[in-house]
Amino acid sequence: MARERRYIGKRIKRKEDPRLITGKGLYVDDIHLPGMVYAAFLRPPYAHARIKSIDTSKAEKIPGVIGVFTGEYFKDKVAPLTTAWALTNADLKPVKWPVVAYDKVRFTGDIVAVVVAEDPYTAYDALEAIEVEYEPLPVVVDVEEAVKPGAPQLHDEAPGNIAFKWTFRGGRDFDEVAKEADIIVKKRFINQRLIPSAMETRAAVASYNPATGELTVWVTSQNPHVHRLIMASVLGIPEHKLRVIAPDVGGGFGSKIPVYPGEVIVARLAMDLGRPVKWVETRRENFLGTIHGRDHVDYVEVAAKKNGEVLGVRVRTLANLGAYISTAAPGVPTILFGLMLSGPYKIKSVDVEVKGVLTNTTPVDAYRGAGRPEATYILERMMDIVARRLGMDPADVRRVNLIEKAPYTAVTGLTYDSGRYLEVFEKALKIAEYYKWREVQSEERRKGRLIGIGISSYIEMCGLAPSRIARATGFGLGLWESVLVRVHPTGKVSVYTGSHPHGQGEETSFAQIVAEELGIPIEDVEIVHGDTAQTPFGMGTYGSRTTPVGGAAVYRAVAKIKEKARKIAAALLEAREEDIEFSEGKFYVKGHPEKSVTFQDVALAAYTADKLPPDVEPGLEAIAFYDPENFTFPYGTHIAVVEVDPETFKVKILRYVAVDDAGVIINPLLAEGQVHGGVVQGIAQALYEYAVYDENGNLLTAGFNDYMIPTALDVPNIESYFEETPAPHNPLGAKGIGETGTIAATPAVVNAVLDALAHLGIEHIDMPLTPYRIWKALKEAGLLEKLKAGGE
Amino acid sequence: MYPASFKVFVPKSLDEALELLAKYGEEAKVLAGGHSLIPLMRLRLVKPKYVIYIGKIPGLSYIREEGGVIRIGAMTTHNEIEESQLLKEKNPLLSETASHIGDLQVRNMGTIGGSLAHADPAADYPAALTALEADVVLKSAKGERVLKVSDFIQGPYLTDLRPDELLVEVRVPVLSGAFGTSYKKLYFRAGDFAIVGVAALVELSPEGSFKRVRVALTGVGEKPVRARGVEEELEGKEASEEAIAKAAERAKEGLNPPSDIRASSEYRREMSVVLTRRALIEALRRARERLKSQ
Ligand SMILES: Cc1cc2nc3c(=O)[nH]c(=O)nc-3n(C[C@H](O)[C@H](O)[C@H](O)COP(=O)(O)OP(=O)(O)OC[C@H]3O[C@@H](n4cnc5c(N)ncnc54)[C@H](O)[C@@H]3O)c2cc1C
Repeated sequence: MARERRYIGKRIKRKEDPRLITGKGLYVDDIHLPGMVYAAFLRPPYAHARIKSIDTSKAEKIPGVIGVFTGEYFKDKVAPLTTAWALTNADLKPVKWPVVAYDKVRFTGDIVAVVVAEDPYTAYDALEAIEVEYEPLPVVVDVEEAVKPGAPQLHDEAPGNIAFKWTFRGGRDFDEVAKEADIIVKKRFINQRLIPSAMETRAAVASYNPATGELTVWVTSQNPHVHRLIMASVLGIPEHKLRVIAPDVGGGFGSKIPVYPGEVIVARLAMDLGRPVKWVETRRENFLGTIHGRDHVDYVEVAAKKNGEVLGVRVRTLANLGAYISTAAPGVPTILFGLMLSGPYKIKSVDVEVKGVLTNTTPVDAYRGAGRPEATYILERMMDIVARRLGMDPADVRRVNLIEKAPYTAVTGLTYDSGRYLEVFEKALKIAEYYKWREVQSEERRKGRLIGIGISSYIEMCGLAPSRIARATGFGLGLWESVLVRVHPTGKVSVYTGSHPHGQGEETSFAQIVAEELGIPIEDVEIVHGDTAQTPFGMGTYGSRTTPVGGAAVYRAVAKIKEKARKIAAALLEAREEDIEFSEGKFYVKGHPEKSVTFQDVALAAYTADKLPPDVEPGLEAIAFYDPENFTFPYGTHIAVVEVDPETFKVKILRYVAVDDAGVIINPLLAEGQVHGGVVQGIAQALYEYAVYDENGNLLTAGFNDYMIPTALDVPNIESYFEETPAPHNPLGAKGIGETGTIAATPAVVNAVLDALAHLGIEHIDMPLTPYRIWKALKEAGLLEKLKAGGE
Repeated sequence: MYPASFKVFVPKSLDEALELLAKYGEEAKVLAGGHSLIPLMRLRLVKPKYVIYIGKIPGLSYIREEGGVIRIGAMTTHNEIEESQLLKEKNPLLSETASHIGDLQVRNMGTIGGSLAHADPAADYPAALTALEADVVLKSAKGERVLKVSDFIQGPYLTDLRPDELLVEVRVPVLSGAFGTSYKKLYFRAGDFAIVGVAALVELSPEGSFKRVRVALTGVGEKPVRARGVEEELEGKEASEEAIAKAAERAKEGLNPPSDIRASSEYRREMSVVLTRRALIEALRRARERLKSQ
């Protein structure tokens, strides 16, 4: 029955805003427990060194210091960390990450000693009093260096610094399609290392009750249940004795998925010391010790025909994993990257080989988009370069290649669920006035202005993931999601979700789904998340999965509630269940709208339990576990128009249009917020951010003064439009919107900048396109003089 | 980020502050807006034993015209300088420069005294104050010294300030005649320190030739640099944008800017020329407008 929707699709303001905006959120650092003590970590001055000796005696004597603990202390008490994505058929090496280093340090974010003190100031004073003798070892930070014979070796378990080698071939053989091609384009792209930089740094508080053996850990986590599972095993305590609480979490972007040494250390020390222990990462530690993202060198070959048709893509990637293999790291540059290398295009051959390489740098793991931005960047840059080589308009090359109809089975084996790829592409061109800008570009070029237009069409596998596929790739768990819906006697509803919103706004969007389906006011719905003692096991929030997977679980659980409520309503109305209709929060007898009971009446009856049908149990709650049948496949086209200053080479974005199809949009306000944030992070990679190491493995960009995340003043107005092609296999029709912006924006902006410079004869410049890096590339190509002379 | 422990003094008068400095100066740090000092303390790069907060001393924050100069109290914030009507009329170069410092939060806290005492080699004020040939006033329990800004700043984070001295005032000239000024700052990200910053002052003769030209750069050396070659090249000549374009090439004479992860020395040199030209052209336009309206 088609009826007016009251909540879904509406611009509802976030329920969480009053709490978060007025400073009434509860973050890990806000947890204060009686008798709590503070931990601080000593990190090494070397990126690679043998620890010869540690003298903690001076530090221990400082008043207020409770203890100083080194790797020797932890070595036999807690297991080292290992990855949870045991990539199959890739010869993944069993690299171990001791929570406190005992023989060697392998990056400057390793932990060498832990001080526990009565207050954090004393703890940091004591760090300075610890004396460590190191034997420095040769360092390698660059992947191309790390795989060379004779390079410094990080782990005995991974000879040649290769952690894994993953290959994938889909569709026809690349060499064969290459024979049918008119041109072969070869490029080496660097997808630079980024630092996620969540507003809240990581933190943990642990408290142990020796009488019950229960350990409670508050931690900044995107997946509290996964944290519990892994931590229980690393600490060697039973899972049911460990309670993990991720309260309000101030952003993650993937960096709060992994289990890190910090939370394990405070958990163990809380058990040993009998006092609650808190650790809050400093911003500098966040730069050094929390995962980074991207960091590929990609050698790409593309085979294309004269008409622009791209037949095949061959990619050889060196993916920098950093010093250890983080929780989800192996899956990011492989499954989430390699399987996306045909994009929204009818490419006939994909041939990928990825080596995961260990270096003396911070571990790299999933960062917003995780693998898919890297794949999209390659394809979208190549679409433009093919256009240039063939003398075609970049829009025309995409027209030739875009998939016409969905469902579509790509050569990667993925079945794209639904979409109107070409139509959305044309819509974006129209909104952005693409052809008008082409005219402006050539007119203004004559006056010496450099204007460029960049297109980026993307598709992403999202809504992770059908459990059987996740498991087949070696992922440690299924990727379903769970929800418990509890209706209270007054008809108010609490929803306990295994997802863990940390900025996305699902306290609002999940409430919209419940309120819509039960016909009750949104104020009557509360979303509870983050506490493993309250919520059913769930996989957490990442990979844009929370709405399509967690939201679908909400929908399914609510459907079960409705089913039971209908039975109760039938009994109350003394009618047959088949004759009961439900609309606008009321159950009524078909044809007799005056004979009705409200949802709230039914809820109360479920608890008074005196009028229940014989086969119905008291109470009104339901749990649902939703395992997606397929991935969802959001897609879209973004267009950037930029102007490059012809002397300083500073880039200004004149216009930015995003047209995204993420299926049914539950709340456009929230979805736009996701697009805006994502696009800004994408622009950041294109123009601003990069993590720089010196040859000794020192991170030179270990603060916001040197690591340039753009500010509001640096980014344009973002024009966001949605198309809504429902995901046919998803109960909500939703596909996920959290990463589209990050995936699409980077190549759109890079393409635009290089389009502005194309007439000079430069094809590619590696990111970020800072004024200096553009100037340097032009200078090295001898093009600065040509530009001064008018460019022709 | 937890600083090492320190003791705080909050003097309520200038004399009290100077007494404290006389006693503890060697081991003390003055705290003004805190936007340079506190980050350093939190990283434990600076560990003063004593911190003397001067924000509660009355009469250290003012902008007033007196004896033919504009006097600015050390505790005056960047934002107050940016918004000052007096400066906008009589020395717009300084308010324009202030408007380019950091972001609004920084400008609401940071002070001109703190910026000069900190002497970051890429700070914005030093370029303008060097072009303006401004003075700073330093006070101690023993007396007062008045120095040219260009002498006061000796190198990166290095000044002539003695441990017992407080910077109390900055003095800039009242500009008159057919003058025009401009501050051009090249930054990669909004709110950052300058890659190159150029302050320009142009004064035209009634016939429209360059009577006085002052150009100073920041971010390109150990301390702010006067572009004397450019000034010489232009002074006395008929004013034109072509003349500026030619003269601006001399901005890089003798420059040896730093290289860092953002940009190379050579890029900064080249940009010195570009920004000098742009600043002078804008200053010239503004001077011509003033000439017309006089
Ligand atoms: C995010 C950010 C961006 C910034 N961007 C810019 C920018 O673009 N351009 C720019 O120029 N600056 C920039 N700054 C620096 C800013 O202008 C500082 O405010 C300024 O450098 C120091 O002023 P303060 O009052 O905060 O001094 P404080 O930090 O309090 O002190 C700085 C130093 O000066 C000493 N000191 C302070 N006052 C006196 C005094 N009266 N007498 C003697 N010694 C004194 C202190 O002991 C200390 O050593 C930025 C700062 C931040 C945090």
